[in-house]
Amino acid sequence: MEIIKVATSGSLESGDVMITVSHGTGIEINITSPVIHQFGDQIRNVVISTLNRLSVQNIRIDVVDQGALDCTIKARIENAVFRAAGKENISIPWGDTIR
Amino acid sequence: MKENPNKNRLRRSMLFASSQKPSLIRDPYIYQPDSIILDLEDAVADSEKDAARFSLYHALLEVDYRGVERIVRINGIESPYWKEDIRVCVAGGADVIRIPKCASRDDVKIVEEVTLYAEREFGRKEGSTLLMAAIESCLGVINAYEICKSSSRLIGIALSGADLTRDLQTNISFTGVELNGARQQLIIAARAAGVQCFDSVYTNLNDMDGFRSETEMIYSMGFDGKSLISPRQIPVLHDIFTPDLKDVYFAEKVVAEIDSKKDQGIGVFVVDGKMIDIAFYDGARRTLMLAKASGIYKGDLV
Repeated sequence: MEIIKVATSGSLESGDVMITVSHGTGIEINITSPVIHQFGDQIRNVVISTLNRLSVQNIRIDVVDQGALDCTIKARIENAVFRAAGKENISIPWGDTIR
Repeated sequence: MKENPNKNRLRRSMLFASSQKPSLIRDPYIYQPDSIILDLEDAVADSEKDAARFSLYHALLEVDYRGVERIVRINGIESPYWKEDIRVCVAGGADVIRIPKCASRDDVKIVEEVTLYAEREFGRKEGSTLLMAAIESCLGVINAYEICKSSSRLIGIALSGADLTRDLQTNISFTGVELNGARQQLIIAARAAGVQCFDSVYTNLNDMDGFRSETEMIYSMGFDGKSLISPRQIPVLHDIFTPDLKDVYFAEKVVAEIDSKKDQGIGVFVVDGKMIDIAFYDGARRTLMLAKASGIYKGDLV
C-alpha cells in the first residue's frame, strides 16, 4: 500500500498506542514506550511484520506506546495505514491481509 | 438450517464496552458477565468507526474471553456503517450481532441477509452468527412479536429505555412507570415466540439500591437478563438471579419426576403436596440452570 497522506490512529490512554504515519523513504520506525527496555524489540517486530503484511515499502511511522497489547498495536497500525492510503472506507480484507 | 446450540444459553448479565477503547475490550471477562456487548454504535464517534472495527477484529480473534459470550452492537441500518460492521463481526467470529433500533421484522431480515452473505464470504458456517434485536421505539414495541418471530437466528429482544422514553415524549424517572407497558409487552411477545427477553441499562451508577430494586422487578416479570454499563452491577444482578435453595430442591424433584414418569405414561402427579404436570417442566429447568450458573446446584439434570 502507498502512503499518500499523514494519518494517525489510537490514543495516549493507558493500554493504547498512538500511531502516526507519513510518507518516508524505506521503512523508518521511531518508538517511544515506558517499557522500551523490556518490550522494545517485540514492539518493533510487530510493527515490521504488520507493515510487511500490508505491503508498505516507504513509510515513516511514529509509535507512542502506552503499554498496548500486540493485537492493539496491529489494529492501530493497520487503521493508520488504510487512512494514509485513502482506503479507510473500502471493504476491508478481513482474514486476508488483515489477520 | 439446524438450530445453533448456543441459541438458548444463559444470558443474565450483558456488559457494554466500547470497541474503541483497548482497556475496555480486553478486560471485561475478568468480571465474569455471561455476555459482553462490544459496541460499534453510540460509544464510538463517527470519525472512529473504522478504527473501532480494526480493534474489534483483533480482539475477537486474539483475546481469550474464557467462555464469556461476545455480542457486537452494530450501527443502525439507517447509517452508512452497518454492512461493514457485519462483515467484521462475521470475519472475527462474533457470537451474536445486536441490531439497534429494530422497528419491524424487515429490519431483522435485511441484517440476516447480509450476515448470510458474509458467512459465505468468510467461510463461516451458515447460521453460526446469532442475532438479537433492540427495541427502541413505540413502533418496535407494537411489532415486538413479529420481530421475535422474524429469524431462526434471533436469540431474543432487548429493551432500550433511553430511546424509547424519548419516543414516548417523556423521561427516565427511575420509578419505571414510563416503561411499564413496554416491559410487559416485550416479555409477553418474547415468551409467545419462544425467545429470550432482556431489560434496559440502569444508568445511575451511584444508586445501587435503585439498580437492585429495578433488577428484582424485571426478574419477577420473567426477563432473562439485563444490559449493564458497569462491572459493579454484575454481582448484584447475579445475586438477584440466584434462586432460593428451597426452589432449587423443588425444581430438582420436578424435573427428575417428570423425566421418570414420562416413560410410564403418567402425565400428572404430586410433588411435596403440589400438583405437577408437564407445564412446570421448562420453569423448573430454568431454575436449575440459574442455580447451576450461580454455583449452588451441582447436579446433572441440566
